[in-house]
Formats: sequence, C-alpha cells, structure tokens
Amino acid sequence: RHEYSELHNRERRELFIRGTDLFGYVGIEAVLDQMRRKTMKSGFEFNIMVVGQSGLGKSTLVNTLFKSKVSRKSCTPNYEEKICKTVKLHSVSHMIEEKGVKMKLTVIDTPGFGDQINNENCWEPIVKYINEQYEKYLREELHVNRKRRIPDSRVHCCIYFLPATGHRLRPIDVEFMKRLGKIVSIVPVIAKADTLTIEERQEFKERIRQDLASNGICIYPQKEYDEDQEEHALNEKIRESIPFAVVGTDKEHQVNGNKVLGRKTKWGIIEVENVAHCEFSHLRDLLVRSHLQDLKEVTHNIHYETYRVRRLNESNVDFSVLGLTPWLLENGTADQSESQL
Amino acid sequence: IGEAVNDTEIDIKDKGVRPLSLAGHVGFDSLPDQLVNKSICQGFCFNILCIGETGIGKSTLMDTLFNTNFENFESSHFEPQVKLRAQTYDLQESNVRLRLTVVNTVGFGDQMNKQESYQPVVDYIDRQFESYLQEELKIKRSLHNYHDSRVHACLYFISPSGHSLKSLDLVTMKKLDSKVNIIPVIAKADTISKSELHKFKIKIMSELVSNGVQIYQFPLDDETVAKVNTTMNGHLPFAVVGSTEEVSVGNKMVKARQYPWGVVQVENENHCDFVKLREMLICVNMEDLREQTHTRHYELYRRCKLEEMGFKDTDPECKPVSLQQTYEAKRQEFLVELQKREDEMRQMFVQRVKEKEAELKEAERELQSRFEHLKRIHADEKATLEEKKRLLDEDQSSFSKRRAAAQLLQAQSLTANGKKDKDRKK
Repeated sequence: RHEYSELHNRERRELFIRGTDLFGYVGIEAVLDQMRRKTMKSGFEFNIMVVGQSGLGKSTLVNTLFKSKVSRKSCTPNYEEKICKTVKLHSVSHMIEEKGVKMKLTVIDTPGFGDQINNENCWEPIVKYINEQYEKYLREELHVNRKRRIPDSRVHCCIYFLPATGHRLRPIDVEFMKRLGKIVSIVPVIAKADTLTIEERQEFKERIRQDLASNGICIYPQKEYDEDQEEHALNEKIRESIPFAVVGTDKEHQVNGNKVLGRKTKWGIIEVENVAHCEFSHLRDLLVRSHLQDLKEVTHNIHYETYRVRRLNESNVDFSVLGLTPWLLENGTADQSESQL
Repeated sequence: IGEAVNDTEIDIKDKGVRPLSLAGHVGFDSLPDQLVNKSICQGFCFNILCIGETGIGKSTLMDTLFNTNFENFESSHFEPQVKLRAQTYDLQESNVRLRLTVVNTVGFGDQMNKQESYQPVVDYIDRQFESYLQEELKIKRSLHNYHDSRVHACLYFISPSGHSLKSLDLVTMKKLDSKVNIIPVIAKADTISKSELHKFKIKIMSELVSNGVQIYQFPLDDETVAKVNTTMNGHLPFAVVGSTEEVSVGNKMVKARQYPWGVVQVENENHCDFVKLREMLICVNMEDLREQTHTRHYELYRRCKLEEMGFKDTDPECKPVSLQQTYEAKRQEFLVELQKREDEMRQMFVQRVKEKEAELKEAERELQSRFEHLKRIHADEKATLEEKKRLLDEDQSSFSKRRAAAQLLQAQSLTANGKKDKDRKK
C-alpha cells in the first residue's frame, strides 16, 4: 500500500460528498460547449481495419461508408488486384471534414487474407500489426518527455467480411474471430448480401449468431462493457441484428425521381441506403453516427489496457515495487508512522 | 501557445495524409456530440483551491459563485500551522453533473513566522499529482473511473490594502506558478475606491511580472472566445465581492451587501468584477483549466518525478532507452540498496547482541565472584565458629575432668575420714 494513497484516502474520507442544490443559474452546463469546441479544434482520429477474402467488396464498402475514395484500391495508382503470397497489411490515411469536424481516417487493408490454399495462421500478421500499434502507444505513454497528444494508430474497429454462403461460419471465420475478438473490437458483416433473400438472410444470421455463441467469440458491442441500463437496451438491439448484411457501391441511380446509391441489375435496383433492401445504413449508423466514440473508448479503456497489463507483467515492471516512497521519506512530509520501509 | 496548437491538433501536413472531399453526408459530424454525451454520463470533476488569509471571504465567494450554501466553518486565527481543508460536493445543472471539490487554506497568514506557510499548499497540490501518477503507473489501473483530485484552479485572495502585494503573496505565488493555474483576485473589493482600484491592479500586475510570477492567462487560441478572453486578461486581477444575502434593489432581489451609505451589488459589473470571474472561471474556461492542469502542470510534475527516480528517455549516448531497461537498472539498484540496508541492519543487530552478551557475561562474572567471596566469608566464619566450639569443648572436657577429679578427691577424703572415725570408735 502506498503512503501517499493512504494519506490521500484519509483526506478523501474526511470529506463527505453530498448533493447540493443550486439556488440559481451558475453556468456549469457551458462546459459542454467548451468541450465541443476543444474537440472540434483538435480533431479526431479513427482507424478501421477490413479483413476478408478478395472479391468480397471490402474496398467498395469502405468507400460507401465514407462517401469518398478512402480505400487503398482507389488511391493507389496502377492498382492491380493480385493474389498476394502472404497476408500483407497496408494502411492509407485521409483527412476528411464534415461541418467543421475534422477526422483523420486510416483504413487498414489486409490483402491476401484467406486467399491462400493453406490459410493456417493467416491471422498472425494481423495480430502482430494490432499489437504493434498498442506497443507504439504504450512506449509513447511511458516516455518521460511525452507528447501532449499521443498519436493513436491503434485499430479501433475491425470489420470482418463473411461471404454470403447462407450456411454457417467456416473454420477460418471461427479461428480468426476467436483470436482477434480478444484484442480488438470485431464487427462481422455479411458481404455482397444481395445474393440472399430476406428469409435466407435471417436464417444465415441466426446460425452465425449461434456459431459465435457456441465458440465463445466476443464481438462488438461486448455485453460486459455496457455501462448502464440504457446502453444495455440499445446494444442488445444491435447484438440481435449482427451481423449486418451489406451491399456496397459508389454508383448512383435514379429511383422515383431521387438519386440513390444503388446496384443496378436486370431484375431491379438494390438501394444501398434502403433498410428494406440491405442493412448498410444500420452498419453506417453504428460505426459512424452513434458508436464511433464508443469504439475508440472500448479500444482505449479495455483492449489497450489488457495489452498493457500483459506487457508490464511480462517485463516484470511494477513501479510500486520501486516505490515512489523513497522520495516521500527523504522529504519527510508524510506521517512517519505510515512509513513502511 | 503556438506549440500547444501544433501538438494537440492533428497535423494536416502529416506525411501521407491527404485531404479528401466527401460526396455526401457521412454522419461523423456527430462525433463531438458523441463525445459530449459520454462525458455527461461520466460527469465532470472540478477542483478549486482558495488561498487567502483567515476572514478574507474565501467561503463566501465560493457560495456566491456556485449559488449555494457549502458547509462553512469559521476558522480561528490561532492555528499553529497552515492546513488545508477539502470538501467535495455533487452539483447538477440541467443534465451536467459536476463533482466540485473546494479546498480552503486554514490559518494562512496568521502565524508569526510565515516562512513555511506555502509548504502545506505545495504539498497538497503535489500529493494530488502523486496520487494520479501512482494510478497511472499501476499495472491494473482504472483511469477513466478515477476521481481526479488535481487542483484545476487556484484563486489567490489578495488583501485589499490598496498599496501592493505582500511578500507572503509573492513568495507563495512564485512557489505555485509552475504547479497550478493561478487566478489572483482582490478580495473585499468594496473597501477600495474605483480610482485606487485601478492603480492597485496595475501595481499588482507589474509586481507579478517583475517577480516572474506566471499567472493563468485566459487562452486566445480559439477564435470563438479569443476576443472575450483578451478583454478579460486585461482586467486581471478581478476585484470581487461575495455575498449570499439578498437585498431589494428596484423591484428585484439581488445578491448584495447593504451599507448605510449604499448597496454593493455583487452581480453589477460597475460595482465589482464578480460576473467576470464567474464567466471566466466557469462559463468560458473551465475545460481549458482542466486541460492545462493535465497537459502542462501534471506532465511537468510527472517528468520531474520520473527524472528524479533516474528514468530517462535517452542514455548518455543519446540512444533511446526503453523504460524496461531503465526500470531493470533501477530495480537492480534498488535491490542492491535494499540488500545493503538489510546487511547493515543485520550487522547492527549482531553487534548489539554481542554487546548485550558481553554485558551479561560481565554481570554473571561479577555475580560469580561475589558468590565466591560470600562463600569464603561463610567458610571463614564457619572455621572460626568451629574453633570456638573446639575450645569450648576442650574447656568443657577439662572442666569435667577437673570436676571428676575433685569429686574423687572429695569422695576419698570422706572415706578417709570415715575410716578415722571407725578407728577411733574401736
């Protein structure tokens, strides 16, 4: 136990906390605006990883999500879709702005995943990358002279693309999500869902949810981290509809006099943002409009902390052993009777 | 200020980060709201430290600022040392929950010798930093649940003498300016006339500058508030009057102090700077005060503390040193030190035991010799007594011999006489 925290706790026990009524307006609520202004000024960072076999529409989906050409495919000149011999990771960053809110969006692509004949351990480069970002952050955080704002390259969300087979999770899906679910927030989606009818889609989702549960796979939003009743209710609804069945496109068509994003086929136009057609809007709402900040907080407060605990234990680094106490004794400002050395 | 801007803003000129335009509404403009909503759920913490002489009006000002009645104790002027009293309150205004901690000095300026008056204040501030640092360095930590007790704003109450700062003021503020955001206020400003006040303020500010005291400057980097902050910076230090009593002025009840010569209205900007203080401290800059405390004052404390413990980012050859290496080296050092102390203690213990043992042996020897001595005396006495007894015995035996001889003689003489008598009778 530390002398400091003892003294501190004693001080804290002396004070009692009680609800105090304000007799009139003070202006405390202005702090919300102050906070808003500060965050708008400093901007946000968001790092999203897409994982899945080639041809599942990862790049298209990300472009559709952010209504711009953010994926590597669209940015790299002379891009050729090659099947990589190993899983490589590529990250591309862009600065996007909407109504004064600036965001540095980084998309991490994983070409080669699931494309080999032998896919054993294909998750390893991905696990390595994610841990490397945690390590980078940890090192910066442990510096004596550290930056005011530690650059955050940690993966906040990993979208895992499931092919629309209509059956169940495949072994590669189970293996990947089991491992990665422990270190990052996974959002599984059913890709190219326009090949499934609504009934097939529902059954597929049900079976996937069963498989996820029976394999103990942890996906976002995790039940354990619901902070209150309200959040729990909201997240339960989301958990009941995961995985979202999505369709992506960047082409627009005229439907009933409106311009809509959609895929035109001989049998009709699949409207991407129409909830009757596919669940893209739900995914976008979840990732961007309602839970973006939550994704970041879960990454920071849970996944990163888990990594940090493991790393510090591995290196046997325990600052309390070193004791910030010698300083205390030398200064003689603490109560000598509390000294334990 | 330039540094701060570059550090906290995302560097747009960051290599490889190109700006991209969006073809439609994506929806991440709700991000600030998402962040704010999370903060509302968690609640806010704000900690104010009030330093000032006993009776200068610290508690009253807090009551007035927060429109409430905190638990107030009237302190005596006879405190032997400066103490700090902290009290925490949960306040709520619409949907914002604020956990406010008000720390007051007790007995500040009352002692005869005020040389060490600043120390308890410095110690208190450092203890809060230390507490946070310890939490931050824990292996299993919960920072986002941690009740942040670090001091965000320090209101320094200047006595309304009208002349200049006291040396206690200068010394104290100088010790605190690198640890906390100092906002000096002139207390009981209704005792100073307007013209005197103006001169007083100028004098105070120039004294602060010439003594190198860094007080908190309201930030100018955000255009929305730069203008009002600049104006306010020019009004420092704020001349305040506190009151929770209401007086009827016109057809309204206002917070005021009633004198025979008039009514000083707390919220009247012509009468005092109270409204300005409330604006600056709460409505405009509360978040900045919290941010400065965390990113500047706390970081400085942390850096100094870690450096003191021997942690560095680069070794003498300027190669980056991992915390692990430093930690291992420190740990070895610490263990060696610990071992040395243990050995010393053991040696000392052994020494003491030896000494005690020698002492005891000495005592034992002494005891033994005394015993021998007594034994000898005893033997001597016994011998003497035996000798006496022998003599007595001898005496006795010679006496009985003599008695026997005498008796024999007497018997013989009797027999001889009897014979003579017999002879005569014949």
